[in-house]
Amino acid sequence: MTVKQLAETLGLEVLSMGDEPDREITGGYVGDLLSWVMGRAKSGDCWMTIMSNVNVAAVAELADVACVILAEGVEPDEPLAKKFDTIAAAVFRSPMGSHELAWRVHDAAGV
Amino acid sequence: MEKLKLHYDVDGEDFTSAGEASTDVKRVLRRLGFDSDTMRRVAICMYEGEINLVIHGGGGVADVEVDENEIVIVLVDHGPGIPDVEQAMQEGWSTASQTVRELGFGAGMGLPNMKRYSDEIAIESTVGEGTTVTMKIRPAG
Ligand SMILES: Nc1ncnc2c1ncn2[C@@H]1O[C@H](COP(=O)(O)OP(=O)(O)OP(=O)(O)O)[C@@H](O)[C@H]1O
Ligand SMILES: [Mg+2]
Repeated sequence: MTVKQLAETLGLEVLSMGDEPDREITGGYVGDLLSWVMGRAKSGDCWMTIMSNVNVAAVAELADVACVILAEGVEPDEPLAKKFDTIAAAVFRSPMGSHELAWRVHDAAGV
Repeated sequence: MEKLKLHYDVDGEDFTSAGEASTDVKRVLRRLGFDSDTMRRVAICMYEGEINLVIHGGGGVADVEVDENEIVIVLVDHGPGIPDVEQAMQEGWSTASQTVRELGFGAGMGLPNMKRYSDEIAIESTVGEGTTVTMKIRPAG
């Protein structure tokens, strides 16, 4: 399933479609501690987190995830919001918690 | 490929630009045609090192040398130093402040990541003088 299809299927709020809306989602990772995400998330993952500060952008870019879902409806702070256009990954938001998002992503994308 | 040298000043205060040097290095490696595994390993090592410069070292400099067989990252700060490097290398060991933890740092996984994803790592640190971290990453095959 592509990044764009995932957003549609799960009804995610689109904060940024990123550079590749048709990129295939090949895995998932849930985590808020950035060094864990850096070390364990894989290229092409859908990353679910409640973190909302600017460092999310750098980690998403460097870990090369396909998309980020900000869970629990968290509000990205302004420095983060300004970075959306500069990173390749799409950024979505949902009122759902990480657990619910994770099983829905699994159901929808088969990852 | 001729050896390419990159130099970055890393600000000790500024969390909003943290990761910029790492992002630039990744961009350069992509342009040079490095494989994705090598780019990923360099990105992890460089990012963890850059963040440690910011949150623990009070800022410093990062020098990166790139040639086709090896990428060498050298990070130098004149911060507080590390009293016990072996302890600092343990997964989960962290002295990060509450403020920094709220940003998502402080898992104590940075140095273990750097060790895991580099081919060689050397840490020289003197309390009260500073820390130098050298990492080498060699593309597979
Ligand atoms: N450049 C440095 N100067 C002084 N102390 C450092 C430096 N780098 C690391 N340390 C010490 O080593 C500890 C472990 O570092 P490490 O990067 O593994 O974890 P962290 O930075 O605390 O958390 P994380 O990297 O998971 O966000 C730090 O908490 C700090 O005490
Ligand atoms: Mg660290």
